[in-house]
Amino acid sequence: MDINKLHRISDYQWRIEAVNGMHVPGIIFASKDLILDMDEKVYEQVTNVARLPGIVNASYAMPDAHWGYGFPIGGVAAFDPEQGGVISAGGVGFDISCGVRTLHTGLTVQQVMDKQKQLADVLFKYIPAGLGSTGIFHLNKKEMNAMLNGGARWAVERGLGDAADLERIEEHGCMQGADPDQISDHAKERQKNEMGTLGSGNHYLEIQKVVEIFDAKIAKAFGIELNDIKISIHCGSRGLGHQIGTEFLKSMVLSAKEHGISLPDRELACAPIHSKLGRRYLGAMRGAINCALANREIVTHLTRQAVKQVFPDTHLDLLYDVSHNTCKLEQHEVSGETKNLFVHRKGATRAFGPGHPSLPPALREAGQPVLIGGTMGTSSYVLSGTDESMQLAYGSACHGAGRNMSRRKATRLWHGGNIMQQLADRGIMIRSPSMRGIAEEAPGAYKDVSAVVEAAAQSGLSRIVAKLEPLVCIKG
Amino acid sequence: MNAPHWEHFEHEADIGVRGIGDTLAGAFEQAALAMSAIITDVSLIEPRQEIKITCEEEDQDLLFADWLNALIFEISTRNMLFSQFEVSINDGRLKANVWGEPIDVKRHQPTVEIKGATYTELTVYRLQDQWIAQCVVDV
Repeated sequence: MDINKLHRISDYQWRIEAVNGMHVPGIIFASKDLILDMDEKVYEQVTNVARLPGIVNASYAMPDAHWGYGFPIGGVAAFDPEQGGVISAGGVGFDISCGVRTLHTGLTVQQVMDKQKQLADVLFKYIPAGLGSTGIFHLNKKEMNAMLNGGARWAVERGLGDAADLERIEEHGCMQGADPDQISDHAKERQKNEMGTLGSGNHYLEIQKVVEIFDAKIAKAFGIELNDIKISIHCGSRGLGHQIGTEFLKSMVLSAKEHGISLPDRELACAPIHSKLGRRYLGAMRGAINCALANREIVTHLTRQAVKQVFPDTHLDLLYDVSHNTCKLEQHEVSGETKNLFVHRKGATRAFGPGHPSLPPALREAGQPVLIGGTMGTSSYVLSGTDESMQLAYGSACHGAGRNMSRRKATRLWHGGNIMQQLADRGIMIRSPSMRGIAEEAPGAYKDVSAVVEAAAQSGLSRIVAKLEPLVCIKG
Repeated sequence: MNAPHWEHFEHEADIGVRGIGDTLAGAFEQAALAMSAIITDVSLIEPRQEIKITCEEEDQDLLFADWLNALIFEISTRNMLFSQFEVSINDGRLKANVWGEPIDVKRHQPTVEIKGATYTELTVYRLQDQWIAQCVVDV
C-alpha cells in the first residue's frame, strides 16, 4: 500500500482522511513494514466500508488486513441502527463465526513426544477433515432447528460437550435471537451431514507446546505455563454458513436500490438493520453463529475421545473460544454516550478488556483471551484484550497471519510431500487427506505472524501473553 | 479464434476462475471446469454420473455467480466432483447437464472445499468474438 496516502497518528496507527463520500475516516493499525506489504485493495476496501450508511467512528483495519470481499479481511466496522446503519452479509463473509478455541491438556512435552505418531493418527481418525468428509451426527429437521437455536449449549445437552465449556465461549455458547425459519432448506441440506467436521483450507487442529511466556500474571490467570501442551481447533459454520452468506449476499445486492443504498462494490451488499431483510439476515446469521459454536463443541468432544485413547486419564478443559466472522450487537461508548452498535468483525477477533461483563469470573480481571492462529510450521499466540482496545476499535484485534501469496503460487513453489518431510525434520507431524492441500497451506505462503502480533500489541489492541508452536497438525 | 479454455487468476487469500468461450454458455462451461480444477486435477474426474442444474436470473453477472453456486451446492450435498458441462442460456434461464463422479479422496486428493462464488472481480463480458465470465471464489 502507498503509505504516502496515509496520515501517521503513531508508529502503529495510520489514518485515511474521510473524503469522496466517506462518512468516517479509515484507521489502519499496523507497522510501516506491514502497511508497505499490504495490497492496495485493502486501502480501497477500508475506504469503501467508510461509505456505508450509519457507520460510526471509523472503518478499521487490523494489522493482518488483506484483500477480502467487500470488507478487507481484518476489517472492523460498527453501525448505528438509529442512524440508518446497515448489516452486511459481505461484511460478515461466507464462513460465518469461523473461529479458534484452545484447550488445556495437562500433558507434558515428553508425554506427547513419546506418543506423537499415535496421537496424530488417532486424531486424524476421529476428526473428519477435508472435502467430502461427513460427520457421524446427522440432523433431522427438528434437531437442525434445535442446534441453530442452541449452539454449543445444544451440543452439551446432547452429551457432545462439557457444560463447563459454555462460560468460556462468546455468548456463553448460545447466540440469542437466532431464527432458523430465515435459513433456507438449501443451507440446512448442506449442513445435515457436516456437524462435527473440520472443513478444509486454513482450518486445522493442532497439538501445541507453549514456548514463551510474555505476561506471567495474565498467563497464570489463563492457566498457561511454559512447556504446557495445548490443543487448538480452527473451524467454522461449515456448509450452512456458506450457503446463508451466498443467498443473503444476492438478496442484499438486489434490494440495495430499494433501500436507497448505493454500493461502491457489490460484495459490500447490505441492508438497513431496521429493514425486513436486515432482520431476516440477522436471524439467519445468528443461527449460523450457533452452528459454528456447536460444530467446534462437537469437534472438541471428538478430540477428547481421541486423546483418551492414548491418555485415558486426561481431560481437556476449554481455555476460550473466539469467533472471527460475525456481526454482533454490542454496547460501546461513543463520544461519552453508550450506544447499541452492530459491530462487524471480518477476519478479526473480539478482544474485550478486563472487567467486561461478558467474561467469566475467572478471566474477568485478566481480560478476554485472544487466540491467534499461525500456520502448521510457525507459532500461534495467545493475547489478551486491553482497556485501550475497547477505545481503539470496539475491543477488537487481529485473527491470524494472513496469506502473503495465492494458493496457486504456493502449489507452484512447493510439494505437499516435501513440506511434510521438512516439518517432520523439525519435529512437527502433519496429517491431511490431501498433499496438494498441504502445499497450498505451506508456512511460507503466510505472512510472519510474529510481526502481526507485535503490531497488535504496540498499537494497544491487545497484550501478548504466550507463544505456542505446533507438534501435531491435522489439516482438512 | 482461440479454442474455449479456462484460467485461474490471483487473489491474495483465495483464487479467481475465468472461463473463455465462443458463446456465453461456453464461457460458463469453461469457468465451471476452472472451479473443478481448484479442487483437483480435472482429468482425474470421470464423467460417469449425470445431474441437471437450472438457474434463472436476469442480470448476467449474477446468473454466472448463481451457476457456480448451484454447482458448489451439488458438490457439497452429493459429495461429487464434475468434469463435463453442457450449458444452454436463453433469456436469463440457464439449463445444464453436468457429469462427474463421487469424490474419491485417495484418487482425487481434493485440496479445498469451495465455500461460495463471490461478487469480487465478478464480470461477464464480450471481447471481440469471445465471451469471458469470471469471479473470485472463497475457499
